[in-house]
Amino acid sequence: MSLKTLTRDWEPMSYGFLDASAKRELRRKMLKAVAVPGCQMPYASREVPMARGWGTGGLQVSLTLINPKTCVKVIDQGADDSVNAASIRSFLAKVSGAPTTLDTLKADLIQSRHRIPEEVLREDQVLVLQVPNPEPLRSVQPNMSIARQMHADADYGRMWLQLYEQIVRSGRIMQGASYPSMVNGRHVMTPSPIPRWDVPKLNMAKHLTILSAGREKRIFAVPPFTRVEPLVFDDVPYKVEDHANLTCYRSGVRGLFMNEIPQEDGSSTHEVSDSEYGVKVIRRADGDDTVLGKTWYENGEMSS
Amino acid sequence: MTITLDAPRIVTAHPLMTLKNVSKSYGDVRAVRDASVEVFPGEVMGIVGESGSGKSTLLRMMNLEDTPDTGSYTLDLPDVQGNLFELDRFARRMLCATKIGIVYQNPHLGLLMNHSSSGNVAERLLVAGERRFSVLRDKAQIALEASEFPLERLDAPPIELSGGMQQRVQLAKAIALEPALLLLDEPTTGLDVSVQALVLDTLKRLQQDRQITMVIVSHDLGVIRTMADRVIVMRRGEIVESGLADQIFQDPQHPYTQQLVHAKL
Repeated sequence: MSLKTLTRDWEPMSYGFLDASAKRELRRKMLKAVAVPGCQMPYASREVPMARGWGTGGLQVSLTLINPKTCVKVIDQGADDSVNAASIRSFLAKVSGAPTTLDTLKADLIQSRHRIPEEVLREDQVLVLQVPNPEPLRSVQPNMSIARQMHADADYGRMWLQLYEQIVRSGRIMQGASYPSMVNGRHVMTPSPIPRWDVPKLNMAKHLTILSAGREKRIFAVPPFTRVEPLVFDDVPYKVEDHANLTCYRSGVRGLFMNEIPQEDGSSTHEVSDSEYGVKVIRRADGDDTVLGKTWYENGEMSS
Repeated sequence: MTITLDAPRIVTAHPLMTLKNVSKSYGDVRAVRDASVEVFPGEVMGIVGESGSGKSTLLRMMNLEDTPDTGSYTLDLPDVQGNLFELDRFARRMLCATKIGIVYQNPHLGLLMNHSSSGNVAERLLVAGERRFSVLRDKAQIALEASEFPLERLDAPPIELSGGMQQRVQLAKAIALEPALLLLDEPTTGLDVSVQALVLDTLKRLQQDRQITMVIVSHDLGVIRTMADRVIVMRRGEIVESGLADQIFQDPQHPYTQQLVHAKL
């Protein structure tokens, strides 16, 4: 018996770009992250053919979870057609042979930057969020060793100090994205730079969310049916963006998260941020039999 | 007719804070050797000594920032038991936040320089678990008012304030939770004489109004003379003399204390 009979033939690249040991490590770290919701697990972030800070963390998770039957959707700020989203999507398809989609309802794996799709995600879907800065305590404790100790002790008092400062300075909480949230009543996490609008979508959600920071080499997760509570004062309620009364100028959709488009005369118009949802509404109006999923928000109110 | 006199308070009272046989070495340097200190409720204890005499190390241990090699530390409070040096990190932090207040010589140690002054005071309350914005704001304001901080500068960050004001913010932060023990590490060193007098004035008034037990460390005998009821003199890590303030200043026994008192003049 020769060694050759025991090993696989040489291939120019392993399936899904990452080598088997890298994927094994990521799977183990993902399991750990799911076991302790919201707790940051360190991992050896590998090189991928993309610059750190452009979604390498999310990409590595996607490459690990992908198989030839996984239907992949990639969004960037809610849009499927931005350069970053389009190139990540084509890369994933190229190295795995997986089919791609723009439709949230058809996707099995959704990699996203800055948004959670407006249509409610199901039990069988996985959301992968790209995280630039995974440490919620960084702004109040620059020393990461001490910050880790604070996580261990659940010593989160200073997070409220940050909110206090914002109210004192501006009269209201100014934290627009990455709103610090308590996961499962134990760990405070930053939910990646999603707007305040999207944070309630994570609370008791049916889908699994994996958040991965490639540059900072940290992975954490929100398992299905886990409490995610934005940090608030007892007497200052949590407020999402005031988008309930805005209408999308292209699709006529109301009560969803909007992008503001400044106009030449100084006014502004709005379009729905989840671009594919807007497209589907337009198609439906044109007579196509497009299926629109149930949205998390109805008329600007979070539906339970 | 017989007259019965109550024994003086200092004889009957139980000490609030007891440090027993505390020693601490940093490598070959023995910073504190076998020091024992008792502080009674409502009194002001002064610790004097030259630089490197171990007075700051002693204070750091009283604030549980540092653990000694040997010795014990107890506080006579209803919900505090046992040797505090044996507490875990978590219990220690909670105890420090709720029972002990500290004012450092260097405000950078005690304050978040770029947060608002009221926020700095509110931090204490947040650590203790307060989560209502209005309560935080009110209590921060009350504490700052008590330390005679100008309220129109309530939300100014300490970095923009004068040294005296920074010390007042530290003081407000220290007394916000009405601690049983207030530790002052050279609170007025680095301030000019007039501001120093004003800060000492505030401290004195606070002490009279609230009967706070204080331990004040200073190399400045003037500060100790105005503030302290009892004095401990330290030299090379050892307590060389202790007694009532007047006694120490009028009739120093130890040669080193004599030198110190005369050097002042």
